[in-house]
Amino acid sequence: MTTLSREETDALIAEVLEVYPEKAKKDRAKHLAANDVTVEQSKKCITSNRKSLPGVMTIRGCAYAGSKGVVWGPIKDMIHISHGPVGCGQYSRAGRRNYYVGTTGIDSFGTMNFTSDFQEKDIVFGGDKKLAKLIEEVEQLFPLHKGISVQSECPIGLIGDDIESVSKKGAAAIGKPIVPVRCEGFRGVSQSLGHHIANDAIRDWVLDKRDGQPCESTPYDVAIIGDYNIGGDAWATRILLEEMGLRVTAQWSGDGTIAEMMNTPKVKLNLLHCYRSMNYISRHMEEKYGIPYMEYNFFGPTKIVESCRRIAAFFDDSIKEKTEAMIARYQVMMDAIIAKYKPRLQGKKVMLYVGGLRPRHVIGAYEDLGMEVIGTGYEFAHNDDYDRTIKEMGDATLLYDDVTGFELEEFVKRLKPDMVGSGIKEKYIFQKMGIPLRQMHSWDYSGPYHGYDGFAIFARDMDIALSNPTFKNLTPPWKQVAAEEVKKAA
Amino acid sequence: MAKLRQCAIYGKGGIGKSTTTQNLVAALAESGKKVMIVGCDPKADSTRLILHSKAQTTVMHLAAEAGSVEDLELEDVLSVGFGGIKCVESGGPEPGVGCAGRGVITAINFLEEEGAYDEDLDFVFYDVLGDVVCGGFAMPIRENKAQEIYIVCSGEMMAMYAANNIAKGIVKYANSGSVRLAGLICNSRNTDREDELIMALAARLGTTMIHFVPRHNVVQHAEIRRMTCVEYDPSHKQSDEYRALANKINNNTNFVIPTPIEMEELEELLMEFGIMEAEDETIVGKTAAELAAEAAAA
Repeated sequence: MTTLSREETDALIAEVLEVYPEKAKKDRAKHLAANDVTVEQSKKCITSNRKSLPGVMTIRGCAYAGSKGVVWGPIKDMIHISHGPVGCGQYSRAGRRNYYVGTTGIDSFGTMNFTSDFQEKDIVFGGDKKLAKLIEEVEQLFPLHKGISVQSECPIGLIGDDIESVSKKGAAAIGKPIVPVRCEGFRGVSQSLGHHIANDAIRDWVLDKRDGQPCESTPYDVAIIGDYNIGGDAWATRILLEEMGLRVTAQWSGDGTIAEMMNTPKVKLNLLHCYRSMNYISRHMEEKYGIPYMEYNFFGPTKIVESCRRIAAFFDDSIKEKTEAMIARYQVMMDAIIAKYKPRLQGKKVMLYVGGLRPRHVIGAYEDLGMEVIGTGYEFAHNDDYDRTIKEMGDATLLYDDVTGFELEEFVKRLKPDMVGSGIKEKYIFQKMGIPLRQMHSWDYSGPYHGYDGFAIFARDMDIALSNPTFKNLTPPWKQVAAEEVKKAA
Repeated sequence: MAKLRQCAIYGKGGIGKSTTTQNLVAALAESGKKVMIVGCDPKADSTRLILHSKAQTTVMHLAAEAGSVEDLELEDVLSVGFGGIKCVESGGPEPGVGCAGRGVITAINFLEEEGAYDEDLDFVFYDVLGDVVCGGFAMPIRENKAQEIYIVCSGEMMAMYAANNIAKGIVKYANSGSVRLAGLICNSRNTDREDELIMALAARLGTTMIHFVPRHNVVQHAEIRRMTCVEYDPSHKQSDEYRALANKINNNTNFVIPTPIEMEELEELLMEFGIMEAEDETIVGKTAAELAAEAAAA
């Protein structure tokens, strides 16, 4: 199927919207658009960060997911207490594959679940005493932890527990930071507000704790902001930055520590990968400490080279030289990967639906393999994300914000992409339709995908999905009758 | 055997709900009815006059001690007092912490599951904290809980505001369930034309003033002894008032979906009875200095 014209894309959107009741149709129409590369401000064509309609099967998360699951959870040497009933923590435990080094249960706690396990009586009488007790027990059982965060589940906001005063008292008693985070799940329209709340908690309770203290520094200190080390992404990123001659003094927050966070105000440049979840703290550091931040993209050689050169331009010539040498060195490896996979992947079409960064950041990596992204959308983006997406996508391609289960299925049926890049909730729907799907949240338990090393794995993974013979042997139910008739005739 | 009647008593805080309820229940028990009181207030003072105790140990406190409400037995929380009246207090947190509403929900669910509402009972009375502040305190008026709501009020302005607000709360649940407004109980504060005023308010709400309970010191004398007036001095005329109220409730069949009134209508009613002065629109937003200047000019 060839790429749709603008009229065809608009007609497709109108046709898919047709099944909705009038009110829902009006609302959803604002979230769907044919891309127009001439538009500078996305608000002219798409609406985002609004409440989802009930009944549409949105796949968004909640503020707790954004704070505990995304921003805070990967800080490995802290203990993150899921404050409230047991489920929120237990059913999200170790789910995001934020790799880390350390001994779990001794000095690192990333895959463990700590919860205050609220019971009826804690709701009625308040959970403050239980939280204080939990802090005491954490200190006894895990003395090498470097701090605690209190991640509020919904009931905390409803009953108005004073977690701030418990945190202050507890921190004084154990002599380590305790950070209360008001990320109750009912706040906001998606996990996005949770990112913001988590950023604000870092600003208010962590970031200024070493202000004025001496710190050994070099002119080449940078921090990686917004890399959650999914499948080792931050490590693959770090290799490049170090080969460029930079010194990475902090990783936020994949394989990160609270000490790194406290020392971040001493770096020369913040390198921001996931803009959506950590732009808030980056802006704060720019305003308060005068540290500039730079967005970059380490998916696929084209974007990597572009990003490395922009980063190097911020530093002196020695960095620029090392960067060019590094680019040249890896170009051989990249050429070999592209030579191997491009012939098999050339011209294949992809539709994406991911979180807050990847729907635009991975486009370049697909294009490096000769593939084309014909539709993309975000779960919880804001319009500044779409501003950045418009230029990455081809004209008249499909944009869908907080897409519903129905819409995504219909779009895929009509656009017939060769593969879909999305999450676990979409995976089996599309695979049963005979369309390969790669999970673009978890890298389908593979990775890393960042950096040069990551691109090698990315290319291989896309190839094993697209070249998998299974899908050719699979007859979806709606084609079974036709298939049997062909068989009889033969 | 007659069907169990479940009644809830609401009204502005401090209006005398607990005192009225306990005296009324004592009078019902005296006439041979089997009654249970469920206190739905963290203060847990809904059964003290029946049990002659300071405050009954509550469901939620026992549950907190035992670990969870599932660890409790009915006899742990149920006490029997004057006239065989069964008493339970839901209990709840200190002011400013936790969620008292959830405590009420938990306690009432526990009583139902444990079969506290046995077949011998004629009446259950829920004595509920002040106003309907959140879902938990509306628990007694939800489906399959109380069907009859009595609002205790007096001829004071705020008591009548509260009564009207409670009527609004009842409408919400009446349209989807079987709860009905059963009448206003006027607990007299000796204001002027109090009985007429409450009767007028009752008429606007679509109900009646079921009884006018006059004010008498003997009620306080009894309370000091942690007793109901009915038990302390059965021959006193005040005890007869509670007997009359009990009798009227026993025979009551006037259960309605209330018609709460708008604020303006309520204010008009209050002005009609001289409780509230008509507003002088010309002085709104004027400072003392401005008013003085105007007076000087005139």
